[in-house]
Amino acid sequence: MQVFKKIGLGFAAMLASLNAFADYSWNFPEPVTPMALDTLHVHNKFMLITMVIFVVVLAIMIYSIFAHRKNKGYKAVEDKVPSTAVEIFWVLVPFVILLLIDFVIMGIPAYHSVVMMEDTRDKATMVIKVTGSQWRWQYEYLDGEAQGIKFVSNLTTTADEQHNVAEKKENYLLEVDNHLVLPVGEKVRILMTASDVLHNWWVPQFGSSRVAVPGFIRETWVQVDKAGTYRGQCKELCGKGHGYMPVVVDAVPMEEYKVWVTAKKAEIAKAGEIKEMTKDDLVAQGKGVYEKNCAVCHQVNGAGLPPAFPAMTGSKIALGPIFGADGKYLKDSHLDRLLNGKGVMPAWKATLNDTEIAAVITYERQALGNAATVDPIVQPAQVKAARQ
Amino acid sequence: MSTTTVAHDEVHHDHPSGIMRWLTTTNHKDIGTMYLTFSLVMFLVGGAMVLGIRAELFQPGLQLMNPDFYNQLIGVHALIMIFAALMPAATGFANWMIPLQIGAPDMALPRLNNWGFWLLPPSAILLTLPFTLALFGIGDGAIATGWTFYPPLSVQGGIGVDFAIFAVHLLGVSSVMGSINIIVTLFNMRAPGMTLMKMPMFAWGWLITAFLLVATIPVLAGAVTMLLTDRHFGTHFFDAAGGGDPIMFQHLFWFFGHPEVYILLLPVWGFIPQILQTFSRKPMYGYKAQVYSLWAIGALAVVVWAHHFFTAGMPVPALLYFMYSTMAISLPLAVLFFCWIKTMWKGSMTFETPMLFAVGWIILFGIGGLTGLVLADVAADAQYHNSYFVVAHFHYTLFAGGIMGIMAGVYYWLPKMTGNMYDETLGKWHFWLTAISFNLTFIPQFFVGLAGMPRRIPDYALQFAEFNMISSIAAFALGLSQLLFVYVIIKCVKGGKKATDKVWEGAEGLEWTLPSPPPYHSFTEQPVIK
Repeated sequence: MQVFKKIGLGFAAMLASLNAFADYSWNFPEPVTPMALDTLHVHNKFMLITMVIFVVVLAIMIYSIFAHRKNKGYKAVEDKVPSTAVEIFWVLVPFVILLLIDFVIMGIPAYHSVVMMEDTRDKATMVIKVTGSQWRWQYEYLDGEAQGIKFVSNLTTTADEQHNVAEKKENYLLEVDNHLVLPVGEKVRILMTASDVLHNWWVPQFGSSRVAVPGFIRETWVQVDKAGTYRGQCKELCGKGHGYMPVVVDAVPMEEYKVWVTAKKAEIAKAGEIKEMTKDDLVAQGKGVYEKNCAVCHQVNGAGLPPAFPAMTGSKIALGPIFGADGKYLKDSHLDRLLNGKGVMPAWKATLNDTEIAAVITYERQALGNAATVDPIVQPAQVKAARQ
Repeated sequence: MSTTTVAHDEVHHDHPSGIMRWLTTTNHKDIGTMYLTFSLVMFLVGGAMVLGIRAELFQPGLQLMNPDFYNQLIGVHALIMIFAALMPAATGFANWMIPLQIGAPDMALPRLNNWGFWLLPPSAILLTLPFTLALFGIGDGAIATGWTFYPPLSVQGGIGVDFAIFAVHLLGVSSVMGSINIIVTLFNMRAPGMTLMKMPMFAWGWLITAFLLVATIPVLAGAVTMLLTDRHFGTHFFDAAGGGDPIMFQHLFWFFGHPEVYILLLPVWGFIPQILQTFSRKPMYGYKAQVYSLWAIGALAVVVWAHHFFTAGMPVPALLYFMYSTMAISLPLAVLFFCWIKTMWKGSMTFETPMLFAVGWIILFGIGGLTGLVLADVAADAQYHNSYFVVAHFHYTLFAGGIMGIMAGVYYWLPKMTGNMYDETLGKWHFWLTAISFNLTFIPQFFVGLAGMPRRIPDYALQFAEFNMISSIAAFALGLSQLLFVYVIIKCVKGGKKATDKVWEGAEGLEWTLPSPPPYHSFTEQPVIK
């Protein structure tokens, strides 16, 4: 008895703790783009129509279930073998009702929604490119004053939170290091692509969702009419990190956007500077890069998840030579693998800058239980040279 | 003439016993029983997998499994439920009941029939073996792409993908053979006087299903074969770098995949009206209208496939075409719903378990159908697509519309098959437990889906926690309720009140003119339909 009481109390406590932040939202979140607003209207209207159909049909059936029962002594009527004309008339009634609903009541607004949704160019004032890769989003501003800004957006929720070691923060699994920043009220044309497998860039409050296809450009658009931070997720299964590549967008007023553009450009210019670094500096910076980008597969301690994701510790590649006698990097060397990828290993040359690549290679060679003696460290300048 | 028939029969009565009976049998009832048993076993296997998934989703955070294993479970759960539970159940009923319903001595191609069944266990093993191999360090587990095999993810995947491709090939071969058998049987072995337009509705449903299978399974086989050569032999069908297109796979896959939905449902739409007329004690309404509707749905099924990937990007005219053609499916379905309810209307109804399942089926499948109608809308689909809304929608069509329909059939025909009545009280308990826990499992999923939870994620944001917890608890109730189903079936097979030939007061049709259980060789004299 005591045991049951304990279990019961535990269960009640668990429910109570959940209740503290109970959220029973059951419809679309507040729309902030014209498309999401339209989608919400369409959805509500159609739900209402289908609900009415459902209730009416159900009511007729339930009436019949209660009225026409054998145990109430109800005798089955002999259906007159219906004349074909009468039968045709009756079965055409539901047919015509649905015809009207499908192609008039629902069909006409649906047509306008589709046309609006697919019109990505009219009145668009800026263009950005979104690239999905396993398992992060990359953003690039293609025109206007922000042209050239390019960054990667990584999940910041810690492994401890995911494994229930640390308390989960408010935006658990919906937080990233670099937010996409868009000006309020501007129609932004979005070019979508992917570098490895299919992804889908989705923010529920924007009402747009489009698959990112590797090797192809797909288009969609957003026009955020209300300032704020909006969160979404990848919604095309893209491997084991599918649940861990959120989308976070800050919509800010134009002036604020301009300030952000200037600051971001300066930040990127500074990060792109090539300078000679010490081993310790490289290892220190490399640790951050590794844990953000590599640890999801190769694990924080470098043990990997063999056979798909090999261990870093003791790896032949991480301990082997990088540069040949001519100073060029060798095929299948550590640097080659990082720049160009192979199989499941993605290519990082488009995602990480020279310093980051140099740092993470050095970290992998000098930490995680490794102490490479051949080519012990890699300098940013060497990575820069290797790209050419 | 008559002496040869007798001699022929005697040879067959001398059939082997024990395991050899089942391995070598060409008897349609034996094969039907094996199909149904296999289906039930795989239903429990697929169910156990999904309970693993729901346990992981009980709370935010990773509790029980890593994301890769989670992805393997969702894909294999779907493949097993579709190919190894639902389809074999429908084929099992076809084997058992079509010869009885049309007055035939057996299926037309009995050896093919035996082969068709015995391809299933190896393919089930192929699907699940990678889990076991991974335990011994071979490969990295089963297919982790979901049941849809989308490249390039499936090109990246491990040996689990190859196993799944071969499993699907075998299952496809088995389905095509079963379908050919049914088409040949229905066209050649109907009792004298049974014209096509006098065929039982179940036979009609299966005839259209069989045509759909023969038409679409080869396309799936082609698609997964292209995937196989992309993976191992350097082709680039689905790789843009070599001039291919990943989205082409989706077109090929769903050219099979959408008809597949109707393949699973048409047999059920066949026997549900028969159950309704039996327990309403009144002939089914609008036989012709129903047959024509089934044909219309069969025809529409093969021209609407792209609504499964509206968000993949296609030209506006294509979007509009696939939207409107998809909506058109609701027209024949509205006619079917009307006929089903009109069959009940002013009948003299009783509510034994098969009827409870049939009525519950109409309501729940109705929810699946109506949510399908809104999903056809391209703009709204951008929000619904790949969210839990879709997960809830297709479980209303495939669990309620498919599996609960199959359960109605099981209770309806079990007394005929075994000669014993099942335990009515337990049957009713099973219905109510299933119906209630099913709704509690999936209604919250509509809500989290609308609120923005994507499907196929092993962990989720905190705002989805409450509904997921409800859904997980209810899923376990749903799973446990099915043990009751198994118990009722076993109890009925072992004994119980003897069933009469007619079993149900209002039953009509040739299968009810035979003894329960029917003799090993069903009709000694060919029945004549007037």
